[in-house]
Amino acid sequence: MSSDLSIRVEGLGKAYTIRHQQNDHVTLAQVALERAKHPLRRHEREDFWALRDVSFEVNRGEVLGVIGRNGAGKSTLLKLLTRITGPSTGRIDLWGRVGSLLEVGTGFHPELTGRENIYLNGSILGMTRKEIEGQFEAIVDFAGVDRFLDTPVKRYSSGMYVRLAFAVAAHLETEILLVDEVLAVGDQDFQKKCLGKMHEVAKDGRTVLFVSHQLASVGELCDRAILLEAGQLSEIGTPEAIIALYTQVDRRRGRVVDPSSRRGTGEYRITSAEAGDGNFSCAEPKVFRCTIERARPFCPPPYVSGLVRNASQEIVAQMDSFLLGARAPDANRSDLELRIAQPWLPPGDYTVDLFLHLHGVVDAFHDALGFAVVGPLPYPHSGGDSSWDRAPILADFDITFLAGRPIDGPSRGETDQ
Amino acid sequence: MSETRGTKPVLTIRPRRAWLPAHPSELWAFRELMVRFAARDITLRYRQTALGAIWVVLVPLLGAGILSFVFGGVADLQGPPGIPYFVFTLAGMVAWTTFSQITTRSSAILVGNAGLVGKVYFPRLLLPISTVLSTMVDAAVSLVLLVALLVISGVRPGLGVLTFPLWFLLFVALALGIGFASGALMVRYRDIQYIVPVGIQFLLFASPVAYTLASVPASAQTLYELNPLTGLLEGIRWSLIGTERPTIGLAIYSAVFSLVVLVLGTLVFTRMERQFADVI
Repeated sequence: MSSDLSIRVEGLGKAYTIRHQQNDHVTLAQVALERAKHPLRRHEREDFWALRDVSFEVNRGEVLGVIGRNGAGKSTLLKLLTRITGPSTGRIDLWGRVGSLLEVGTGFHPELTGRENIYLNGSILGMTRKEIEGQFEAIVDFAGVDRFLDTPVKRYSSGMYVRLAFAVAAHLETEILLVDEVLAVGDQDFQKKCLGKMHEVAKDGRTVLFVSHQLASVGELCDRAILLEAGQLSEIGTPEAIIALYTQVDRRRGRVVDPSSRRGTGEYRITSAEAGDGNFSCAEPKVFRCTIERARPFCPPPYVSGLVRNASQEIVAQMDSFLLGARAPDANRSDLELRIAQPWLPPGDYTVDLFLHLHGVVDAFHDALGFAVVGPLPYPHSGGDSSWDRAPILADFDITFLAGRPIDGPSRGETDQ
Repeated sequence: MSETRGTKPVLTIRPRRAWLPAHPSELWAFRELMVRFAARDITLRYRQTALGAIWVVLVPLLGAGILSFVFGGVADLQGPPGIPYFVFTLAGMVAWTTFSQITTRSSAILVGNAGLVGKVYFPRLLLPISTVLSTMVDAAVSLVLLVALLVISGVRPGLGVLTFPLWFLLFVALALGIGFASGALMVRYRDIQYIVPVGIQFLLFASPVAYTLASVPASAQTLYELNPLTGLLEGIRWSLIGTERPTIGLAIYSAVFSLVVLVLGTLVFTRMERQFADVI
């Protein structure tokens, strides 16, 4: 491996200005009027640092994973690297052209044909006409739309549309490639194809910055990873170390929320919630503990309920003490345990929303805690992802092969394979 | 390969809030994209129309027809002697349409491509400039029509025809300057999208498009001459169909005005450019 630098980021920061004003002045007239009324007043402003003092280096041919929760500054970092927006502090040095797969299909126009869109989109992404012509066959082939090249893309199915868009972006030949969550497009087969393409790109000796929520693909594709937290770079390391740190960070959160800012009538409040060490295997019971406190005297105790969400925010399990006929004890402070024995959950990150309710919502604590489910799968053979990752839960299933029939037997049109 | 820790980076990104473009040469590097944007505009303009490209020919003819009917027919204004009124208005129309279309299109093009501006990098000036290319196609067609009519009606432009490109470029400069500034401002203040068409409409009536400056009452002439379009229109008509030449003073005033507007527009644009993606 050469130690040639490809990206150097030094003290990079990006501040957005938030105006503290009841009515934001959106129109010229409002701005002019405001200026006229208060010629000397400065707007009360506050800078919000979406990214602050971030420094790192990426060598040529390295695949760097960028991990962080929503709002941690991942998108801002990519926007700065691609020059979509400018930094407030620091500098970025780039040794090579930057191509990005930020938003697949940006610049696609529904009225234009597939062919026209390949050229337009290619140019928008920074390819020259020669490069596009050289890659044209490969793009069409990858997307599998050769029969519809001269059809306006507004008549494409959404699958075709996305495939074509990704295909153009995937054939960018820049020295540095930024990838953001694109693997979440298309059907399973196409996702596999995309992942394969990413491997290929990485092996090509090009530098890749890979931003994803899919920790599994970060672990699989990246040489190193960085973790962003609240706009700051909190750690650089091996993908495994960073993923481990990230899942820990994920579990730490939630407790900072001020109970009084939460929705609900507030007679009782959830004051803490945790999920043990935050790791469960697929099949073991998921056990959470929480503490509730009575905020106002003499109030009748509420029911407790919870929603378990996966990383795509889908609700995969629901529990409610109402269904069990059980209310919290009539005490100022009580601890309780929530336990889900079934269903089995596929590996991934989960969050739990906790609620207290009686005649209405008493306390709504979204994202009260987080936990990770880690493999191995509770099946005797592990198989490829596509054999289990289509459903939000893992089924405790069985498939029994009944007695086989001979092919030349008295079949009534049935065949074994 | 040769890029080691010591070598200079290909590109350095730093915070800046300047009045001048950071990488002017990039406009040239991205020229293909500019052509694509223009090609897209032209393709889309006539896609799913029954007459297709025929509209390119029809629109200026209809426009000039209406103007000559209203001003030459109803208002009974006199064109310059020896030039059919229709030819006279068509000459004015070519210039006016070029100006108004570049202004309108370039001012709206950033907001119209908000998705692109927020998600992909390219020199932002490219978008408004691409409207010049797409408008040139219409202008070229109108010019061919005009030349054909000149031949048919036997009108001869003088040597002034050599100055035509100059006048045309001044129209483009003025339009682009306005387009740059209003387009950049529109990103933040959408009010501009209502102001621009009204302004254009006002200018159409305040400029001698379908009549000569000479037919304007003497009392209003000075006021008219303040409008830079007056000098440009008189100039481009002089070059195309040999009408009366504008005074040197008026020509210089209009030219300087247009160039100053172009420079100011560019400054406003580059000043605001960095924030486009954040507020669009």
